[in-house]
Amino acid sequence: MFKKILIANRGEIAVRVIRACHEMGIAAVAVYSDVDRASLHVRKADEAYPIGPPLASESYLNIQKILDVASRSGADAIHPGYGFLSENPKFAQACADAGVKFIGPTAAAMKALGSKTKARQAMEEAGLPVVPGTSRGLESFEQAKDVAARIGYPVMLKAAAGGGGKGMRLVQDSEDLKSALDSARSEAERAFGDGEVYIEKAIINPRHIEMQVLADEHGHTVHLGERECSLQRRHQKVIEEAPSPIVDPEMRRRMGEVAIHVAQAAAYTNAGTVEFLVDQQKNFYFLEMNTRLQVEHPVTELTTGLDLVHLQIHIANGEPLPFRQDEVKIRGHAIECRIYAEDPDNNYLPSPGKITLLLLPSGPGIRRDSGMYEGWTVPMDYDPLLAKLIGYGSDRDQAIGRLGRALNEYFVGGIKTNISLFRRILSDPEFRAGKIDTGFLDRLLKAKPALTEPNAQTVEVAVIAAGMFATLGAVAAEPGERAGTDGATRPPKPQSNWKSAAFRENLQ
Amino acid sequence: MTYDITIDGKHYRLDLDQRDGRWGCRVDGREVEVDAVLARPNVLSLRIGNKAYEVKCERVGSDQHVWVGSARFAAEVRDPRSLRSRARAADEHGPRKLTAPMPGKVVRVLVSEGVEIDAGGGILVVEAMKMQNEVKSPKKGTVQKILVKEGAAVNAGDILAIVE
Repeated sequence: MFKKILIANRGEIAVRVIRACHEMGIAAVAVYSDVDRASLHVRKADEAYPIGPPLASESYLNIQKILDVASRSGADAIHPGYGFLSENPKFAQACADAGVKFIGPTAAAMKALGSKTKARQAMEEAGLPVVPGTSRGLESFEQAKDVAARIGYPVMLKAAAGGGGKGMRLVQDSEDLKSALDSARSEAERAFGDGEVYIEKAIINPRHIEMQVLADEHGHTVHLGERECSLQRRHQKVIEEAPSPIVDPEMRRRMGEVAIHVAQAAAYTNAGTVEFLVDQQKNFYFLEMNTRLQVEHPVTELTTGLDLVHLQIHIANGEPLPFRQDEVKIRGHAIECRIYAEDPDNNYLPSPGKITLLLLPSGPGIRRDSGMYEGWTVPMDYDPLLAKLIGYGSDRDQAIGRLGRALNEYFVGGIKTNISLFRRILSDPEFRAGKIDTGFLDRLLKAKPALTEPNAQTVEVAVIAAGMFATLGAVAAEPGERAGTDGATRPPKPQSNWKSAAFRENLQ
Repeated sequence: MTYDITIDGKHYRLDLDQRDGRWGCRVDGREVEVDAVLARPNVLSLRIGNKAYEVKCERVGSDQHVWVGSARFAAEVRDPRSLRSRARAADEHGPRKLTAPMPGKVVRVLVSEGVEIDAGGGILVVEAMKMQNEVKSPKKGTVQKILVKEGAAVNAGDILAIVE
């Protein structure tokens, strides 16, 4: 088994992988950019190395710097997390050349599948259903215009190297095509270092359902069931759940077979995800394969009882899969909320800043994968994902109930987050009935939230509390004691917030 | 202590006094029975009668919000004995300023000064946390001034351009 694993990532996923390493008795090496010195993953790791400026291309995307750290630290494997270098075949190849095991598929499998255009070509050849469009990058605006006119608007522009909604634009008519193409290309170039963009007919309000696959290096491939990821905003997933409310065992079997076929055709190894669009008649079309661990992997972990990061590490270590397809059982229901640093009152624009107060949910059926802590300043340089809150229950209703309860316990002060959005979603009758598609969230956000006039009693509580906080701001009251005790009789304790926050984190 | 408190735009007079570990409390002259424990800095456990509330205090810059459970209230607390004037932002007429909606980096300037622009026309693109957002003109007019260059880092609220 590996002795030491370098995690080429940051944020909650770096913390997630570090935890798996420690559970397996493996040392964890963190890397960090200049603005991430205080980030949680640096604190949780056994070793940590600076890799340069905040700009990702000069730190987390810099292959040479990361391999240098691998060599200096003596790491024998690298886990790429998601995003950054996770789907970069050059990186996978560079690791192999440097004699460090890349925990993921081979460069060849990534090349075959990682580019959305190449994957589309492969699926067309294999006779699997794909959405109409081009299977090669667009060469010019004129070509885009011709293809769009042929397949009919609305169309979707997508980055061939894309993921996470970057470099993706929905175009309703020819007027908007030019500016959409330019911005998609520019965004793709910045995010992935590759401006290739292709075009697809936009299927209106489909469901987005994906299959998790696992393949060992001995030719065994299994699927672990589906995840329903239809709730998206700006093509970025917001809530995911497993299983999907509309997938029955027969449909799961058929989608699983296609997913395994896709993986095996590319001699795929390690964890991967095959994404499908599903129309209203439950026809499914291959969309793309993500050649990495997904953000939403915890819902699969909770419903299968498996640890995907442990399995990734075992597979990379050359071990065969420890179970067969017929041993995979889906049990219960799990739903994940992606907690983003975004301002719900300002069109969900990113809201970096300092977290001044953090109250954490816990209790039955609740899992929290987080990269934040009280006192930390969320940098503006990276993706705004702060944490994932996952609710698990014996059925969907119980999972929703637990998640809603936990969202009420969760409090992030000092920055804006989208927590209130999840309360709205979870209480929506259509969502509760499982009637969701990729247009759900836009429709929900267009409808103004029902203005619930706060009752007089709640306002009175706010008035009284505001005055008390003002009074207490002047006297250093001790937590846990009667706030009314005369502060003057007790000298204020000169403990910094920083220290007490760190202390509380350790107690968890 | 006496405070003038504004919650979501409405004014209240609050009298608070602490005696023997208990709070005396009157809201607009009416006595309210209240019992409070500071659970940790900025978190109060309140009992009013037998009803229990968890109340959080959030301060960002000069803004203060009080959260009662999941309900958020903008709060302004003034000591009426202090003579602090309340500055009101002047109404905006004529030229409109475009401000950065978030901290980030200007990745593209789409128009040049002096150009006519429609309401909703893109003026420049700001990127933060890997999302590019077009800053659009709030009205039809002429781009009078562009105050930032491509590549510039901006803070939320910074003035980016002026449309006349």
